[in-house]
Amino acid sequence: MADVRYVKATRIYPGTHSPAVDALDLHIQDGEFMVLVGPSGSGKTTALRMLAGLEEVDAGNVLIGGRDVTDLPPKDRDVSMVFQNYALYPYLTVAANIAFPLRMRGVKKSIRDQRVREVAKLLGLEDYLERKPGQLSGGQRQRVAMGRAIIRLPSVFLMDEPLSNLDAKLRVQMRADIAALQADFGVTTVYVTHDQAEAMTLGHRVAVLHEGKLQQCGPPRGLYERPANIFVAGFIGSPAMNLCTLPASNGNVSFGGVDVPVPTGSSNGSYVLGVRPESLEVATEGISAHVEVVEDVGADAFVFCSAEVGGQAMRLVARAEARRAPQQGDRVSLRPRAEEAHFFDPASGERLDRR
Amino acid sequence: MSTASVPTTATFARRKPPAHVRRKRFLVGLANYSLVIVAAALFIAPFVFIFLTSLMTNDQALSPHLWPHPFRWQNFVDVFHKSPLWRWTLNSLIYMSLATLGLLLSSIPVAYALSRLRWRGRDAVFIVVLIALMLPPQVSVVPLYVMWAKAHLVGTLWPLIIPNCFGDAFSIFLLRQFFMTIPEEYLDAARVDGCGEFRILTTVVCRLAKPGIAAVALFSILYTFNDFFLPLLYTIDSPSHWTVPIGLAQFRSLHQVQWNLTMAATLLVMAPVVLLFFAAQRVFVEGVTLTGVKG
Repeated sequence: MADVRYVKATRIYPGTHSPAVDALDLHIQDGEFMVLVGPSGSGKTTALRMLAGLEEVDAGNVLIGGRDVTDLPPKDRDVSMVFQNYALYPYLTVAANIAFPLRMRGVKKSIRDQRVREVAKLLGLEDYLERKPGQLSGGQRQRVAMGRAIIRLPSVFLMDEPLSNLDAKLRVQMRADIAALQADFGVTTVYVTHDQAEAMTLGHRVAVLHEGKLQQCGPPRGLYERPANIFVAGFIGSPAMNLCTLPASNGNVSFGGVDVPVPTGSSNGSYVLGVRPESLEVATEGISAHVEVVEDVGADAFVFCSAEVGGQAMRLVARAEARRAPQQGDRVSLRPRAEEAHFFDPASGERLDRR
Repeated sequence: MSTASVPTTATFARRKPPAHVRRKRFLVGLANYSLVIVAAALFIAPFVFIFLTSLMTNDQALSPHLWPHPFRWQNFVDVFHKSPLWRWTLNSLIYMSLATLGLLLSSIPVAYALSRLRWRGRDAVFIVVLIALMLPPQVSVVPLYVMWAKAHLVGTLWPLIIPNCFGDAFSIFLLRQFFMTIPEEYLDAARVDGCGEFRILTTVVCRLAKPGIAAVALFSILYTFNDFFLPLLYTIDSPSHWTVPIGLAQFRSLHQVQWNLTMAATLLVMAPVVLLFFAAQRVFVEGVTLTGVKG
């Protein structure tokens, strides 16, 4: 077991000017489940590969268990990795695939076989040990890939979007399995995903990356409740937070007839006001909006509306109880809960705290 | 009772298309196949001619008759008595196997370095390989001949075999293209699981690229088995080192143009290559489609 530390770690791909990962500073505690999340091209996979030793570090350092591994080859870093496409060797049986890391390290066959049996039992793969990967379903292949990662009990598990090739139902099930495995072994885990549901449910902490830069790192709830900037506010949460730029007057911004007090100590001017869909109610008075789409997701419904806010046309999303949700084409009034609103600086995009 | 109510596929009669549709399909099929049959006949005609001549007597072989009368199967035995066919075949096998082995051992690491390792000047080296690919072998023949003569190896099979141990542009190119199709994740997984680059090449890449390596080996086997130019150049003065193509070429002068025996020998020599092609047709096609070149 070990902690992981990125110290100003930077990666610039040859032939490009902007860094794929830009001076990343991140400390992952021993035994922690850290999720790196971000949109495509945010640098999350590059950051993971830098930790694995599969990508060069152009500046800064990467440390595992206090040991500087920046220039070590992958095999000397004591990490194991699960890939998006599993990377199971098609010519080897399940047993041989799982045993591969041990075979490469010259572990005796009798010990290898015993470890394979233990891991197969843990993952429910006992009946498939003699099959080839091509004869397995997606979920089973995913388990074999997990088996190959855990058989060696490394210092750090690395997972690069391991669930993205599974169907929705299996993904939810595997998510729970991965969380349970990680809790059992207590091995430091770095998990990359673009799926924020995975990030929020799996991670002890979540690091949000955008354009190679770390935007915010914290527990999932903290990210949701106190996003550090406009990007995180828009990225975390589904549907995304409603964000509108509004002018302030007399220490308040007016939104849907509700006066929301602006952060203390900040200048009068305009602010970016953020309101999550659940903080925007369909009410009798407020902003007049036209319902364009209603997404019924079971107990709740998300009401997508077009409205005019601060003189500009906007799309707003509100959450409503499914049974009382308005219909498409209705005209409704939307009213924010002032105490749940977020403020951001329109120039820097940074969060402005009210208290 | 309950099982009887479940319909099975066997109970449904297969619908037949109407008569005019069937007639049209038959005629279109006939038209298409007749073209293919004519083309196939054109290709097979020389082989039929060789086969029939190989069964004739020498007098009949020079006559305008196409059908053997009587069938003289003894020709296939006589061939071995009247020429050192075994020796030629053995020489061909030595050339073929050692050259192919040397070519694979030397080309595979180069192709791996050109496709999967990142190093400065890689693209430039690949261009050099491509240029070498475009160079006809005749260009370098004179200086190489002088070199082998100085090494006192002219008249042996070594000048044919040794150059293959230093890589071959076509094989490197073909293998490189094949290695490029292997997903990078396999290699990354092996790196994380404890393999160095050499181990990745031997345990992962060579296993995954088996069809590509087989295609290269087959191309090399065919090329060396059929090679006429280089064996002629280096072994013509040393009959004990003749390979099959050189031997066959000498057949006429050695035996006063016995066409029936020449054809019998040709057929015997051709047989393994044709059988090999049929056995490994898929690999050939894969190799050809991958590179977009003709084998």
